[in-house]
Amino acid sequence: MLSIQELEKIASQVRRDIIRMVHGASSGHPGGPLGSADLLVALYFKIMKPDPEKFTMDGTAEDLFFLSNGHLSAGWYSVLARYGYFEAGELATFRKMGARLQGHPATAEGLPGIRMSSGSLGQGLSVSIGAALAKKMNHDEHLVYCLMGDGELQEGQNWEALMFAAGKRVDNLVAVVDYNGVQIDGPNDKVLPMGDLQAKFEAFDWHVLTMYGNDMTEVVETLKKAQWFTGQGKPVMILMTTHMGNGVDFMLDNHEWHGVFPNDEQTKEALAQLEETIGDY
Amino acid sequence: MTEYLNQGSKDTRSGFGEALLELGKQNPNVVALCADLTGSLKMDAFAAGFPDRFIQVGIAEANMICIAAGMTIGGKIPFTGTFANFSTGRVYDQIRQSVAYSNKNVKICASHAGLTLGEDGATHQNLEDLGMMKMLPNMTVINPCDFNQTKAATLAIATHPGPVYLRFGRPKWPNFTPPGQPFVIGRAMLLNEGTDVTIFAIGHMVWNALQACKTLEEQGIRAEVINVHTIKPLDEEAILASVTKTGCVVTAEEHMRNGGLGDSIAQLLVRKHPAPVEMVAVNDTFGESGKPEELLKKYGLDVPDIVAAAFRVIARKQ
Repeated sequence: MLSIQELEKIASQVRRDIIRMVHGASSGHPGGPLGSADLLVALYFKIMKPDPEKFTMDGTAEDLFFLSNGHLSAGWYSVLARYGYFEAGELATFRKMGARLQGHPATAEGLPGIRMSSGSLGQGLSVSIGAALAKKMNHDEHLVYCLMGDGELQEGQNWEALMFAAGKRVDNLVAVVDYNGVQIDGPNDKVLPMGDLQAKFEAFDWHVLTMYGNDMTEVVETLKKAQWFTGQGKPVMILMTTHMGNGVDFMLDNHEWHGVFPNDEQTKEALAQLEETIGDY
Repeated sequence: MTEYLNQGSKDTRSGFGEALLELGKQNPNVVALCADLTGSLKMDAFAAGFPDRFIQVGIAEANMICIAAGMTIGGKIPFTGTFANFSTGRVYDQIRQSVAYSNKNVKICASHAGLTLGEDGATHQNLEDLGMMKMLPNMTVINPCDFNQTKAATLAIATHPGPVYLRFGRPKWPNFTPPGQPFVIGRAMLLNEGTDVTIFAIGHMVWNALQACKTLEEQGIRAEVINVHTIKPLDEEAILASVTKTGCVVTAEEHMRNGGLGDSIAQLLVRKHPAPVEMVAVNDTFGESGKPEELLKKYGLDVPDIVAAAFRVIARKQ
């Protein structure tokens, strides 16, 4: 059983990986995955704990995770590697020719841990609902988790999915919105104000939890609470406040780091702020 | 020529509905999803027989396609049902990313395709669907010709792994192929042997091609008629063998010329066996309200149009 401190150490390594991967590829999205690193570490290492040796596309008898905002790929790949789905050394191939680590997650390259391609926004919640329905039909008690972006909620399909999941009582599903308040063009509220998201999800009849997503203790506790609320007739939503770029001061809360890679100097400066714990790849 | 008798006109969508019910009995992993068109798609028998495996999604096709893709994770074989227009154009990106690129075992079943949808008009008369679907890697594209064949095709795609687009229609149409026929995906069916011209047809236009073949025979032309029910993968071998014999081609389809069957066949011939081709198809225009037969006539998809195309293409042979 990993302690909070141990989880934090893994998250620090994941953040280092993200910076090094995006720098190594001279492309990618550092801001989002830095903000959601704590969630992904907690999910894999503490909550879902899938067996990477037994990865199958069907994912029978284990919890499933879907990344709807696929541009957070660097963070997910790092967590998958550090958890044991593949060698950490492969992180160096991120976004390069012939790599299994495509710019956005892809099933086509056969990377273990990935069950659905994502990148074009707004599809992951529907996909997660489908996987959750299949689990119910198969009498598989495990849960389905989905991470989505906040800006992504501007895609209308999400609201189809939100309506469906509540209306059809898909209560083996936990969705998490990474509420960092920024998207490529700027703050959500400048691009398209989304109003009171919690009230909207509640109006759609979801069970809504809120948490600060850059505090490991709170993340683990809230995820456990979310597990407890499943199976009670409602899908569960976690509105997760995070800081884009968390862990690197000059990237913090700055939408300009959504999809820009750091140069050599900036990479050095960023890595100096992130403890190497497990060991760089 | 080989005689084909109409055993009694039936709508192809009913062939789909009957087969879906049969699949429900045969395979517990077959599930069906519909976006508020259960009656139109003839999915009510499945819905009544297998309520736990039928998912009414409501008027939310994007959600439906991605839910179907998600259900394959867990071993389900989802059949989605809505009109061709809402099965393709409305959800192209969902199909592209979550079904085709992710190579998921989703069967996209589309009714009310083409002009013969009739009175609803151009908003619903999708004439671009085959082109959109055949451009997607991993996608198999099928357009059977009558009730019996639609039933056979529906049964066949359940055991074919990977994404499939199955297209059928609304009107009652001559049902002339045998009941219980085997359906081999990707293998074109020779319906009549000939030597002067090959008519390749799909969907409702296969019956029209056979009628045209009769008229041509009366005028001394021996036309070969081939039902290319699978647009992708294309049966290149059968097509090339026939064109090698006849030397010219007419294609007939209830679809845009751009992106349709004629386009696929012309591409193949240009690469491997150049020959004159005439295409009986809708040419870069939207449809309109009307009766199916009136529309086919106005947009040049009637039997006399195929006959005229055959004479034109034969004249172009050197």
